[in-house]
This record gives sequence, C-alpha cells and structure tokens, in this order.
Amino acid sequence: GSSGVILSPEEATTLQTALVLLKHEQKFTSVQYWGKIFGINNDYYIAIGIGNDEMYDRKYLYIKDCMNWGDLPILPKEAQEQARLAKGRFSGDPSNEFEHILIKQLPGEGDEIHEEEETVIIKEEDRLTTIINDISHEAFIVPRSAYIRTPTGMISKNRTFEGLSVTECTKLGQFLHFREATELPKKSLIDRANLDKSLDFLDSLEEDVPKGSWSMQFDRGCGVTLLKSLLWPGYVFYHVPHTSSFGSVYYGIGEKNIDLPFML
Amino acid sequence: MDTPTPKINPKEEQYINAKAYLSEASTDSGYNLYDHLSSCLTKILDERPENVYDIFEDISKDRKRSKFTSNVDTVQDKIDQSTEVALAIVQRKLFARGDGDEADQEPDEDAETPLPNLMELSFFFEQAGIGLNREEVIRVWMALKNLVESHNLQHVRFWGKLFGTEQNYYVAEVEYREGEEDADEEEEEAEEQHEEETTEKDDGEEGEEEAEEDDTPKPEFKPPPVVPREENRTGPNKKTYFVCNDPGKPWTKLPAVTPAQITSARQIKKFLTGRLDAPVVSYPPFPGNESNYLRAQVARISAGTHISPLGFYQFDEEEEEEEEGEGRDNFVENLDFEGLPTKEMTDPILSSWVHHVQHILPQGRCAWWNPVQKNEDDFEEEDEEEEREEPDEPEPEVGPPLLTPLSEDAEVGNMPPWTPKMSSNLIPQFAIACMHSNLWPGAHAFAQGKKFENVYIGTGHKYSQDNYSPPAPPAIQEEFPSGPEITETEDPTPEEEAALRAAKQDAMEAAEEMEDEEEQSDED
Repeated sequence: GSSGVILSPEEATTLQTALVLLKHEQKFTSVQYWGKIFGINNDYYIAIGIGNDEMYDRKYLYIKDCMNWGDLPILPKEAQEQARLAKGRFSGDPSNEFEHILIKQLPGEGDEIHEEEETVIIKEEDRLTTIINDISHEAFIVPRSAYIRTPTGMISKNRTFEGLSVTECTKLGQFLHFREATELPKKSLIDRANLDKSLDFLDSLEEDVPKGSWSMQFDRGCGVTLLKSLLWPGYVFYHVPHTSSFGSVYYGIGEKNIDLPFML
Repeated sequence: MDTPTPKINPKEEQYINAKAYLSEASTDSGYNLYDHLSSCLTKILDERPENVYDIFEDISKDRKRSKFTSNVDTVQDKIDQSTEVALAIVQRKLFARGDGDEADQEPDEDAETPLPNLMELSFFFEQAGIGLNREEVIRVWMALKNLVESHNLQHVRFWGKLFGTEQNYYVAEVEYREGEEDADEEEEEAEEQHEEETTEKDDGEEGEEEAEEDDTPKPEFKPPPVVPREENRTGPNKKTYFVCNDPGKPWTKLPAVTPAQITSARQIKKFLTGRLDAPVVSYPPFPGNESNYLRAQVARISAGTHISPLGFYQFDEEEEEEEEGEGRDNFVENLDFEGLPTKEMTDPILSSWVHHVQHILPQGRCAWWNPVQKNEDDFEEEDEEEEREEPDEPEPEVGPPLLTPLSEDAEVGNMPPWTPKMSSNLIPQFAIACMHSNLWPGAHAFAQGKKFENVYIGTGHKYSQDNYSPPAPPAIQEEFPSGPEITETEDPTPEEEAALRAAKQDAMEAAEEMEDEEEQSDED
C-alpha cells in the first residue's frame, strides 16, 4: 500500500476469483499472488501454485486479463542466459519477440578479428519466465524460522512461528532468501556449528552484495517492517513484528537495476 | 549398629541411576530433564492433539518458554518509548484542531480553500491502480491542511511521494499568494548579502597582503560564466516545494533550483537517502546536498510529466506579442472547458493531452540565457589584449513551447513515451482515462470529464534501456610538445670544457698564423 501500488477494486476482485479457481483446477496446496509486471500495452499478473514442498514444488502462472491462466515454461539454463540479454520493456503480448544482436568476435585471417552480427530472437514468454525466476532467486525473502526443514528434507511452514521481535527485525540476518542455499556451504565450519539445522538452511541477507542493496523501513513507527530491494526495484517484503503475518510482492517493470553500485 | 541395606535388584539400581541422571539439574537454568519430560507428556495426554509426533518439538519448546518467570514484577515496568509510540504522538497533533478560537468562528464555507480534495483524487487514482493506501492519504491530507494554515498559500497540490533508502519524502507543490513570497525572498537575500559582505572583507584583507609580495603571473583563464538561476515564479522555479518525511513531521521548504544543479542532476543517478542534509557523492560532483538534488529531480519530473487534457489551459489572448526568442509561459484555465470523452483521452496517438509545464533546456533554464554577454569591463580588456580570441556565439537553445501535445514527445527506446489506459475494461462507460509515463516510471495522470490530476510515486529516476555509466573524466592535458628548443641538454663536463678551450686556442693561434701569413703575403 504505502509503496505506491495498489490494486484497483476491479482488479482485486477478479484476481481473487481467478486465484481461487486456479487452486481448484490445478490442485495446488496453496496459491499465492506473486505480483505484477508492467508491460507497455498490457500488464501481467503472476501467481505461484505451491505443492507439498514449499520450496521445490512451485509453478508459476500468469494471466493478462485476470481470467485465463497460462503456464510459464521451464527453460534450460542456456535459454535463460539468452533471455536475460533482451533489453527494453515488456510489451504485454506473450508472443512478442525481442531481437537482440549479438556481436561475436571470431578469429579471422591472421591477427584480424572478424566481427559477426548474430540476431538472436527471444520470445517474450521465455523472457518472462527467466525474469520471474531471477527475481524469486535473488529477491524473494522470508523471516527466519518461518519455514522449517523436516527430517525428510521437505520444507514446510512452521506452525509455531510467532513473528520476529522489533529488534530482530532491524537485523538483516534475520531474513533469509527463499532458495537453494548457495552461500551456506561457503561459510566456515565455526559459523555453521552455531546454526540450527532445521531453521538456518537458507542464505541470509547479510551476505548480499553490494551492501545496502536492501532498504529497510518501518511504517507506523515500528508497526510494520518493510524491506525493499534496490536491486530489483519494485520488490517489497513486509512483516508485522510479533505476528506471523508476512508476505512479499513484486510490482515493477521486470528489469534488474544494474546501476545499483553507482547509485548507492 | 548395622542397618541392613536392602538388597536392590540390579534393574532397580539401573532405574534409580537413570532417574537420578535425568533429575540432574541443568547448569544453565536449574531445571531438569525429568520434570520437563513429565510435564510435556502430561500436557500431551491432557490435550491429545493430532499428529503429535510432528509437533512434539514445538510442545517441548513451548513448555520451556512458559517456565520462564520474569522478575519484572518486582521492578517497575520501564515506559517503553518505542518509535511507534513516538510517531503516534506526533501524528496525534495532526488530528487535533485548534483550541478555543476556532470554536467561536464558524468555518466560512464560501471561501475557497487552497487545499485540494485529496480523498476524491485518491479515489480516482485507485481506479487506475496507483496510489497510497487510505490511512496514508488521510494523514497526508491533514498534513497539507497544517501547511496551509501555517503559510499563506494560494494553491496547494500533493505532488507525490519519493522513496528513499532510509526514509521517504512526501512532496507538496505550492504557489504563494502574491506578495507573500517576497517576504521570504527578502530574508534570504538579506542573509546572502550579509554573507557576501563578510567574505568580501576577508578577501580585502588577503588582497592587501598579496600586493606586498611579488606579483605572480595571473592566469588568463576566465571560468565560464555561471548561468544565473531564474527568478521565482518563472521557469523551473515557478512553484515552490515543501517536503516532509512523514505526515505529521514539520514541512521543510526546498531551496530554489539553479541551472547548474539541473545539468548536474542529468548526469548522475543516485538513490535518495531520506535525509535532506545528506551529501551527494558523485562524479561529476553535484553542487549541493540532497535537498538540492531532490529539488532538481522534482523540477525535471514536473517539466517532463505534468500534463493536462487538451483545452483545459489556454493562452491568455490579451497578452501583447511576446519578444522574439521568449516562449509564452503563462496560461489560464479555460472556463469553457467541457471535458473530452474517455475514448479520445486513451487514444494511442496521444494528441489529447498537453504539457503545461515548460520544458527545461539543456542549459538548465526554461528561457535561454546568452552566456556571451559583454560588459564594459570586458571591452577595456579587449583593447589591451588583442590576441584573445573571441568565442563563437553559442546558438540559442530552443525547446518545445508550452502546451505542446504529447504526440510530440520523443520515444523511449522503441516504445511510446506514455501508456494510455482505461481504468476498467469491463465497464467502459464509467471508466476514467489514465496515462502512465514510460520515461519517468512512477508518473501518472488521470482525467475524467473536467477533473484531472498528476501524481508521482516512485524513486525519482529516469528510465533508460542502457546502463548508466558515469561520464569519463576529462582528458589529461597535453604537455607542451617537446622539441629541440626546450629540451635540456647536459652541461658539458670539465674535460669537455678543457678540450673546447684547447680547441679554441688552437683555432685562435691558427687564425693568427693565418693573419700573419696574409700580412706577410700582402707585404710581398
């Protein structure tokens, strides 16, 4: 709300209906509204369907006009790399194609370097998937101890999560990335000995580079904690201390803020 | 006396040992495992929850936590002045009305308040999917009311909200009543003059000292003249802006913007922190601190994105013909404006909206100022130094005149600069027309019938497809090209000097001999 984007009453009601239908049709355990990506002509509304395992069993879906959900494809890594190259805004039409000109340098005759231009065509749908995956990978956060890893390896919600206290909320280390831990194995053994295996299986925000890429604010005094990502402008995470309510949403144009180091 | 020890079964002995171990008190908290386990099991058997295996650890943790008895009861509770409480106190003032006097006066309903009807505007924006939540809007509205009461203003608008990393800014656009603003202006000028006088005195003293020393060669370099800022009420300084971090906190007036600040702000891209006195560390160095940077961005955004439906404003026809080169900069509301149909407003050709704020030229002003202005002093100097080259007359910079339609706006990358939208696709009869800017993401405008409004909610940065790269540092000054005239040669060594002297003497002797020979030959 206070971040400047709200759903108009019409949007909200249609989304509500659409999400409920989605859960019913695809038999998800729960369905969450992930956010909205603005395109030039049209916007995309994105939702996540969650199966049994909170982290791994996720499927992303999108709709344009709040009624018909479309699956987002899962792309192999090379295709994702290519899709990241496309610049410019989303147009709002999933079949739109971006052209990206790759300049390849091939060794020609002798010492000359022969430059070739290669046009790579990227579908908007692929780009959409990649961006959503990237945002979820880099920006999606949850408070510590909100999710527990059970002995079977499954990740589920912690039913006794009572929220963080206000002082805990001020520390970035209390918030964890909701993704496969990439930084954890790099920590020294001494640090790891102090961690609680069932709670600390995710990367914390403290190791995010560059420092300061998260902006933490309190609304209403310390009534609500807001964490905004500066790397993906438009991503907002909120948490009400001492309660178990938290959530996040992405409302933006779907472009990474690569100028971040200049702007801090 | 022998007390016979009863014979204990080895199993019983094990049991007693085990119980004793379990009853061992923990060194940290003084509780033991045996009691804890028994209390957990008691609770489980009492409550009989489902899936007790899964939540066993949680039950255990709960028991442990509930055992903690705080010793705060004996100590008086400290009054916790959390920030939430502090903010609530500040905001309570927002809702307080004046005491005493106002109860007697009845509000004059006919008088026009400069206060906008913010709730109505936020309702329209909500239809478009942008805006702040209701609580915040009410608070901002109260804060604007305070602003109106404390200053004598003609017109107030909620300009928008800018996000910072630590705190946010709420910006109000304000037009002073005629005559009121001059009072503030005079104060500022008086301060500036006072400062200038003190610095002049210092310079005077230093100058005397310098004159006593040898005169060092004075460089002929004259720095390019500073482009003067435009007066208040014209150009980028047409409106004054107030900011506050939170509704309820006092409003701070932003200083007027200078062209140097605008040109500098165009070259850098920095996040706002939320503190007005924060320094802006950037390359090229920004002249000023965060309040100046904020003001420059506000000016750029206003110039680029404040739009109104075609025909709402029109030029005053009674004005005389303006001078050459100066665009018109005044307009009045068109009283006969009847509103355009929504479909026309959302036409992708964008011809039914116009800008009503002047475009800022590359120089940083709205009206071009010729930097090559010759004063009388310059004329005298020119006579003395004939070799000084005259700089070429710079060409006047021209920007699009006021009230140009949006169809003339340049494209961003390869997409249109504005996205028109109808607020509702399902009920087009009552939908309102909205425009979202693609060049300044976060700038929105809506129109319905005779009402329209602009707002900006965002981080204050322009959109560019390519990455931002700071301008390169200036090229290194070239050295004077080295040639034989200025290259140093080594001094000749003593041996060489001796050899040279010897050679010279030989030459002289030879010359004398030659002369003698010639004389002799002449005599002959």
